[in-house]
Amino acid sequence: MNKKHSLYSPLSKVMSVLFALLSLAWIMPIIEVLINSFKSNNAVNMNPFALPNSETFMGWGNYIKGLTFGNYPFLKSVSYSLFITVASVFLILLFCSMSAWYICRVNSLGSKIFYYLCLFSMIVPFQMVMFTLTFTADMLKLNTPYTIPIVYLGFGAGLAIFMFTGFVKGLPIEIEEAAAIDGCSPVQTFFQVVLPMLKPTLISVGILELMWVWNDYLLPYLVLDRTKYLTIPIHVQYLKGSYGTVDLGATMAVIMLSIIPIIIVYMFCQKHIIKGVAAGAVKG
Amino acid sequence: MILLAKKQQLSLVQRPIRRYAPLFLLPTFAAFIIGFIWPFMQGIYLSFCSFNTPRDAKWVGLANYAKAFKDAGFARAFWNTAGFALVSVLLINVCAFFIAYALTQRMRGANLFRTVFFMPNLIGGVVLGYIWSMIFDGILKRYSTYLTANATYGFWGLVILVAWQQIGYMMIIYIAGLQSVPEDMLEAAKIDGATGTQSLFRVIIPNVMPSVTVCTFLTLTNSFKLFDQNMALTGGLPNVIVNGAKVNMTELLALNIYSTYTISKKWHGVAQAKAVVFFILVAVLALTQQFVTRRKEVQQ
Repeated sequence: MNKKHSLYSPLSKVMSVLFALLSLAWIMPIIEVLINSFKSNNAVNMNPFALPNSETFMGWGNYIKGLTFGNYPFLKSVSYSLFITVASVFLILLFCSMSAWYICRVNSLGSKIFYYLCLFSMIVPFQMVMFTLTFTADMLKLNTPYTIPIVYLGFGAGLAIFMFTGFVKGLPIEIEEAAAIDGCSPVQTFFQVVLPMLKPTLISVGILELMWVWNDYLLPYLVLDRTKYLTIPIHVQYLKGSYGTVDLGATMAVIMLSIIPIIIVYMFCQKHIIKGVAAGAVKG
Repeated sequence: MILLAKKQQLSLVQRPIRRYAPLFLLPTFAAFIIGFIWPFMQGIYLSFCSFNTPRDAKWVGLANYAKAFKDAGFARAFWNTAGFALVSVLLINVCAFFIAYALTQRMRGANLFRTVFFMPNLIGGVVLGYIWSMIFDGILKRYSTYLTANATYGFWGLVILVAWQQIGYMMIIYIAGLQSVPEDMLEAAKIDGATGTQSLFRVIIPNVMPSVTVCTFLTLTNSFKLFDQNMALTGGLPNVIVNGAKVNMTELLALNIYSTYTISKKWHGVAQAKAVVFFILVAVLALTQQFVTRRKEVQQ
């Protein structure tokens, strides 16, 4: 018997096969979408599980159609989604880590109140504030992709500050004192000493916020001026929910186009994503 | 003496930071007021008003709440949500735990399986809803029916969708929990003659209780707050007319609040009152659940 064999018991081999089958079943829905994105509308309607044949195969036709149909270019929605996500996550990471540091280091009544308000905001469902948030955002002209990151900063501050404070509490204050004695101003101390130490938490929080903002549907749907701006989830909803006949093949192509970038990112950042989720849970 | 020194040390860092409060706190705090505090307070106020926009709000007292509690659709949504939460919390946690348990044993391809199981979490709820509505409709077509024909299909369809999405997420948390079970504790159990099942129930599960707390909390609040998947999968259909009012049979609370708002402006206040009731419900549940499961955790 060689070494490889002795590492895995017969039971674990059976389990491997079992899980391989289960994994295959797990990704079937996504494979279904991929297959259907190459089929004609009728063929998707008739039998979504059939493989395309010479009659029903559309080639890239659905993708070309999907990029343009619905009076709104899909790539425009993609660019708005990208901008909103990147800007929101950047704002949340920068300002919430700054606030969290302040809250931890300055033990005043004000910072305590702010901290407990953040905790409180974490148990408030979005439905509670969604109508009034829409009014406020309209009034303050936050209804464009360029200003909506401020709304995300506000509504997402709770979780981010909670996670950052959890980490900052564990940082040794002596390092910051040394920096202060060496003549660092608080701003320098934060950006040159504290922020580099926060890197793992920045990644974890960043990933959780990224997954939230990128996939968020209701907040941008309510807040954005929908005559001008769509994001990917709103775009998909418009295609499927629009009245009249919907081209299912093209819709599947659009869904596929919205999934592919995420899967590519996942392949590269898998370790960080999984660590981020686990870290977020420990604090949650 | 030490205390005094500590105090001086603190102030060395503290005092200069205070002067920078506007820089460090103000941006987040201002956004927090815009994005949370003000809408929250205005939301409570408007739940006692009849309004189209906040400018034309007229105080109506508890009339909105009375209407909300009389609404058959709201009651239906409440029971749907309660049933859905119960089923999905159990199903997701049991499956996620056992998958995590299997994947932390020595197994070839464990990392690959973990990657695959987590993947659905990366896809947004709206997109997931459409993918699964296509699949369910495709299956049901063979029996000449469709997903929104029957509320039972819609309910179990949503359970399957959400389980498929969230098992992977909870699995990650359980894996982290399982990996932190002290190795020597397991060995001690083995030496004392514990069987596999015994060490699972007597050693492993008590030690992963913190993960159980977190996962039940997340699945419970996720199920109560579920919106996107519900809207995209069935949109609350089918509906029936009860006493002249339309009742959406597969609607959960979050979707019911939204659809109440969109009926007409007369219903805006009722929708906001429902939202307040919903908030209280979620808050009470979250706090109770934390209190109950925290007590079961093992101190290490």
